Amino acid sequence: MIRLLLWLLGGIVLGGIVHLASILVLPRTATQDAYSRLQPTTPVNAVAPLSLPSPDNTLLPFMDPAFAVAVCRYDLGGGPLKLTSPVSQAYTSVTFYTRLGIAYYAINDRAAGRRTIELDLMTADQRSQLPEDEEVTAADRLIVESPTLTGLVVLRALSPEPSAMPLARGVLAAAQCRPNPQQ
Amino acid sequence: MRLVLGSLFAFVVAAGLGLSATWFALSRDVAFGGVTIGAWTAWPKIGTTDIDPYARAVVAQTGRLPVGSGDGLAFVATADDAGHPFDGRCEVTLNGTTPPARFWTLTLYDRNGHLVANSVNRYGFTSQEIVRRSDGTFEVAIAPRARPGNWLPTAGIDRYVLVLRLYDTAVGVATRAGREAPMPSITQGACP
Repeated sequence: MIRLLLWLLGGIVLGGIVHLASILVLPRTATQDAYSRLQPTTPVNAVAPLSLPSPDNTLLPFMDPAFAVAVCRYDLGGGPLKLTSPVSQAYTSVTFYTRLGIAYYAINDRAAGRRTIELDLMTADQRSQLPEDEEVTAADRLIVESPTLTGLVVLRALSPEPSAMPLARGVLAAAQCRPNPQQ
Repeated sequence: MRLVLGSLFAFVVAAGLGLSATWFALSRDVAFGGVTIGAWTAWPKIGTTDIDPYARAVVAQTGRLPVGSGDGLAFVATADDAGHPFDGRCEVTLNGTTPPARFWTLTLYDRNGHLVANSVNRYGFTSQEIVRRSDGTFEVAIAPRARPGNWLPTAGIDRYVLVLRLYDTAVGVATRAGREAPMPSITQGACP
């Protein structure tokens, strides 16, 4: 009897380990994360508009229907990227996600402080390879370091009223995400 | 023989217990570090690299793109102030004001995060659309049938989720109490 209880106790402890391990491993095995869902319909290293969320469009859950959304699915394997986006009259934001959907950086139009949001996206390695003098001029350019080689840049433009949606989508249509020509 | 049987027993217990706990955590959207104000809860760390492993698993598993912390903060409610889970056939009233933010949006989703089809194609409100009283507070009627004023249709679905997103706001990781961030009250009224 005692022996059985000991085995049970061992099983419970081991169960806790199984639980924690599976939680930690899960994100790497997920096949339905945002990046995978967008993979079939979006190009690499280019901005693509997403269709508006609706009851029939269930590509990504919990999207805000008041926003026009565009995505740049990036791969930094070929070098850094340059991202530019005009800002709408209402509110515009750019959020960077890792391959597994972690939001590691987000900036809005006011924080960017300009008429256009301009960012350089690169990995830590690529940043360390920047020439010294470029690091100096980098003071007035925003560099975002991606923890992963691939990921998503999500651009959001608010349409405060439904009638402003074409305008918001128009703003994002002018956004660009392309390999940095200097590199 | 005893050793084999015993360890087999322990492994079965471990697998059953561990995996069902994982399934439970994922289906219940378990996450840590929540800020609860009235019926609303936000997880400010979900929009940062400090996201906890449970939320990380939920995000990857469901394909969500959480609001980044430099962008805004999402408050979620699944029940009214008294703890009654939302029922799409009942009349729910949202009343009050929101924490300071440049913009906010209120959206109604089903439990999978999809918008709910309705006759007027209204899925939520933005801070500019909402009709306010002269003191700046507002009231939203969340009901299956049309209501005067700010009406958010439920289409009569069983359970739903309300998400109030604040954009460009000071509310975040450091926010503790409702005094800093006044959220609208939620009361569930008459059910048919």
